[in-house]
Amino acid sequence: MLHNKVYPFYFTLGTLILYIVFFVIPAVMGLGYAFTDWNRYSTDVNYVGLENFSVLLSSSDNYIFYARNTFVFTFTTIVLKTVLGLLFALLLHNGIRRLRSLYRLIIFLPAVLPMVVVGIIFRSVLNPRRGLLNEFLQAVGLGAWTQQWLTDPHVALLSIMGVDTWKGAGYIMVILLAGLQTIPVEYYEAAQIDGANAFARLRHLTIPLLMPALVVSTVLSILHGLKIFDVVYVLTNGGPGYSTEVLYTAIFKEFSKGRYGIGTALSSLLFFVMVFIGYFVIRLMEQGRTND
Amino acid sequence: MTSDGPFTTLLRLGRLPTAKKSAQHGMYHVLAILVCLIMYAPIHLVVVNSLKDRTEARSMSIERPATLYLENYSTVIKQANLEQAFFNSVLYSSSATLLATILASMAAYVMSRNKTRLNQFLYFFIIMGIAMPFNFFTLSKVMQMTHLINTQIGIIILYAATQLPFNTFLIYGFVESLPRELDEAAIVDGAGPLRLFFGVIFPLLTPVLVTAALLSFLQVWNDFIFPLYYLNDSSKWPMPLAVYNFFGQFESSWNLVSADIVLTVLPVIAVYLLGQRFIVSGMTAGSVKG
Repeated sequence: MLHNKVYPFYFTLGTLILYIVFFVIPAVMGLGYAFTDWNRYSTDVNYVGLENFSVLLSSSDNYIFYARNTFVFTFTTIVLKTVLGLLFALLLHNGIRRLRSLYRLIIFLPAVLPMVVVGIIFRSVLNPRRGLLNEFLQAVGLGAWTQQWLTDPHVALLSIMGVDTWKGAGYIMVILLAGLQTIPVEYYEAAQIDGANAFARLRHLTIPLLMPALVVSTVLSILHGLKIFDVVYVLTNGGPGYSTEVLYTAIFKEFSKGRYGIGTALSSLLFFVMVFIGYFVIRLMEQGRTND
Repeated sequence: MTSDGPFTTLLRLGRLPTAKKSAQHGMYHVLAILVCLIMYAPIHLVVVNSLKDRTEARSMSIERPATLYLENYSTVIKQANLEQAFFNSVLYSSSATLLATILASMAAYVMSRNKTRLNQFLYFFIIMGIAMPFNFFTLSKVMQMTHLINTQIGIIILYAATQLPFNTFLIYGFVESLPRELDEAAIVDGAGPLRLFFGVIFPLLTPVLVTAALLSFLQVWNDFIFPLYYLNDSSKWPMPLAVYNFFGQFESSWNLVSADIVLTVLPVIAVYLLGQRFIVSGMTAGSVKG
């Protein structure tokens, strides 16, 4: 084939080899090691059947609770980020012409900061005694709302979700802004003439036409939420107790303890969940690109 | 005018009296400024406290420093081994970015131009990596087997690999917009595949390469998970891990921690401000049509 001469296969080899070595082989190996007692302290690795999975499912090992935390985190942050991101996007798109790009620049800024740095900054902001948040609440007369943001087990996960929302809402806003710009103004003029009020226009026009962008922003948030690690690691490291432990902080702890078999079983389960979701994201992203 | 969306359209149609219109506009700006303040306040907090002395910074308040305390920066650069960490970060981010951008562009170009069944399969196979989580346990085994664990070259290659799926996705879409006639003309002129790609196509890919490179650079610069797992020698740590470690040691010296954070974030902010347009377009690529 002439094509194979002009577009030779060896061009793809670099990408393919790195991808296979660092993504595919570890994933496939994981499927094998998930059924073993592989650990740091013994050299022989024995097949143990489903034992790792029964540990993951046993109530004494708390993994179900970590999974629950991960899902609560993922679901809540998606709702918060999407609602806020949509409000910000509508505000900038509909209400503001001058300075719009400056506002966008600032609202998006937290999204480019390293997660670790965000964690350290909020360790200070959420400090119960002299943190910015409690001081602010006191100053505006909401002293009753002050909290032990990171040390109260009932509040800590909420605080972490708040920090992640602070970081990610601008990201969602940018995706939704791009979506809003594809909706033709004529639709709104027509709706206007038909007498639709602002709320009706939002519900029957903006939201449906924004769906492709909303779906992609949501699925990206799901992938982000399931993999959440740094912000929890820096803010609470899973504590107090296990109240903010999520799957990836638990995986890191298994790694530190050298319990590789269990960690691999857990990673493999997550692999299937994320590849399943990922399949739909990628289909959607490809569609978004070819439909124009 | 017409491109400004429903509300301006509404105003243009004259439904609202003028006084109300400007009041409404003012309110929107107040809201936007409020949101910006919330986004910016924590960053401001760090900048302000990086300029205070230790006792003043203890309370991490947002007030301005009594006297500027610039020594924090020189202290941090010495004590936190920041020069080494900065050098490591630059090395990892730029090498991984370069590698990932070149490799992904070659692959994306061939897979997009020569749409055989195999290539189409490989393309989907590779971009599935956008969603795929890493198995840190077996990955560490692979890193040991390839003698890449605890080495700088290892972390660079690993970082490059992490960026390949998304870069391939981005560049693939862009290649489709380049006319095939270019390739044909170059072939007629006797160019081989390498000269065709690097001489003709590669320069035309510049816009998407800039986007891919900026996004990769930021992601690699900001990451701290891989060094946490695979670099146990602190002289090889990049800035985020060095900052985290410094924070662990100097938790009570918020002036120094703040200065350390400012120095770590400065390159990120500079890259963001310079490449804002490309970063935003890269982050929205694929999610919306056009």
